[in-house]
Amino acid sequence: MTELLESLIDEWRNHVSQANGVGGHDIEELETHLREQITDLGGSGLAPDEAFLIAVKRLGDIDDLSREFALEHGGRLWRQFSMPAGLEPEVESTGFAEALAFAVVAALAIQIPRLLTQSSTGLDELYLHNAALLVLPVLAWYFARRNSLSPRQVAAATIPFAIGALLINIYPWQEDSSTELLAALHLPVAFWFAVAYPYMGAAWRSHERRMDFVRFTGEWFIYYVLIALGGGVLIGLTVFILEPAGAEVVNAVVEWVVPSGAAGAVIVAAWLVEAKQSVIENMAPVLTTIFTPLFAVMLSVVAVAYAVLGLGDEFDREVIGVFDLLLIVVLGLLLYRISARPSTQPAGWMDRIQLVAVVAALALDAMVLGSMIDRIVDLGITPNRVAALGLNIVLLVNLVWAVWLLARFIGSAIPFHPVERWQTDYLPILAIWTATVAWLLPPLFGFA
Amino acid sequence: MQIDKDLVAASATPLVLAILDEGESYGYAILKRVRELSDGEIEWTDGMLYPLLHRLHRLGYVTADWRTSEEGRRRKYYAITKEGRSALADQQRQWATVTSALDDLWQQLQVRHLVGEIS
Repeated sequence: MTELLESLIDEWRNHVSQANGVGGHDIEELETHLREQITDLGGSGLAPDEAFLIAVKRLGDIDDLSREFALEHGGRLWRQFSMPAGLEPEVESTGFAEALAFAVVAALAIQIPRLLTQSSTGLDELYLHNAALLVLPVLAWYFARRNSLSPRQVAAATIPFAIGALLINIYPWQEDSSTELLAALHLPVAFWFAVAYPYMGAAWRSHERRMDFVRFTGEWFIYYVLIALGGGVLIGLTVFILEPAGAEVVNAVVEWVVPSGAAGAVIVAAWLVEAKQSVIENMAPVLTTIFTPLFAVMLSVVAVAYAVLGLGDEFDREVIGVFDLLLIVVLGLLLYRISARPSTQPAGWMDRIQLVAVVAALALDAMVLGSMIDRIVDLGITPNRVAALGLNIVLLVNLVWAVWLLARFIGSAIPFHPVERWQTDYLPILAIWTATVAWLLPPLFGFA
Repeated sequence: MQIDKDLVAASATPLVLAILDEGESYGYAILKRVRELSDGEIEWTDGMLYPLLHRLHRLGYVTADWRTSEEGRRRKYYAITKEGRSALADQQRQWATVTSALDDLWQQLQVRHLVGEIS
């Protein structure tokens, strides 16, 4: 008899623990109540299971009860952030101390050029070449340690950084070189792809791990922006408060604290993403859901206006960069929607909106691209035009095939998996393109 | 007789505080005391008592303390605090005002009915 009762109570406890707002101690308290009630009812001659039913009924409807508890303990409905050692048993060791140590290393590394050089002109150049090189290897190292890579894998992870460091510093850049700027711009992205290898625990061929890296990148970016906002407020206030101390003190703070803070935040943001990935809802897919319909509307309207008014030809030749940015954003919307979407879910209205947004962006890009290529033929090839046009084509190929797959998925011709698979398969091409601009373009154009 | 839901809700706080003023107690015993006092007329949904107790705890009117009783049951015991007592005194004044106003009206009502019967 008591066995039956215990199993009934177990079942009840499980059921109640599903309810939002009812915490562990609340359940314990309610259970004590339930047991006392059952004992009393049993004393008046009821069988335990009957007593159980009556006691549960008297306790009240669980939904009403959980609503009442939630009203009293509003904070419980939020996943509260708490530093390690807090109330999150599901995340085992969060490794904050380790992350902090790496953040300190990055913060110190970023100051090395300043400590080694005296002249400020040479310093600017050193930072232009090496800023990413001083920080991202630390991040790679951090992941290599967390994922316990073998010495061989660590060596493999080092190669891209070594090549990058060597080439950018030994290339004989010309005065006001545009390939130098392009390399400085593309190198951090190429290095970011290099971080993917240790992040994925060297399993770089795995589709799932690549998708994890995409998710990580999105969340990392959001955390970094948030930390940067907070850091901006901190530095702004510090500068104001230190003003009476004179410009020198203020400059010192800006010169030392800002770069070190920015470098350390790279590691801290990465740690936050990892520590919080199962605790806090991922933000990138949320933003994607909000902005995909807005982009779909904006892009459709603009595409129609372009087609009707023939604006494609009017475009300033330098603005191809804006269209690159547009395609990157559209690809991002696609990627982060895919990354959060359950594969088995059938096509829905969001997939159709997504399709509209991508098609409109492609139509717009096609209108501009034609006149862009004409101009390049007329005005000649420059490194900037090659880089911009090349990126545009790389993105265009991705999106055109993605649209084809997405349309077939919506038409129920294929499952969702190929749509995902295409994006993770394409990641190396994006990596190769950024590396090409950073390493091959400069010698091709004589470092001009 | 079924007591109106709003009235039950409004009277819950003074009832619980007054019962705790008799001495510290725990959820189940408080409910039993309420039933006993009202001869079973005041029926609470048992579970709802606990959010109320937690609210009183948050307001600092009661203290809460997990203890194991003599018969070996682990229970959360609640005891009234000084703030709780002054809140109870305040409640008492409010209820006294309401009941005395109602009493006056009940008496007048009775008088009117008597007069109505005579004439």
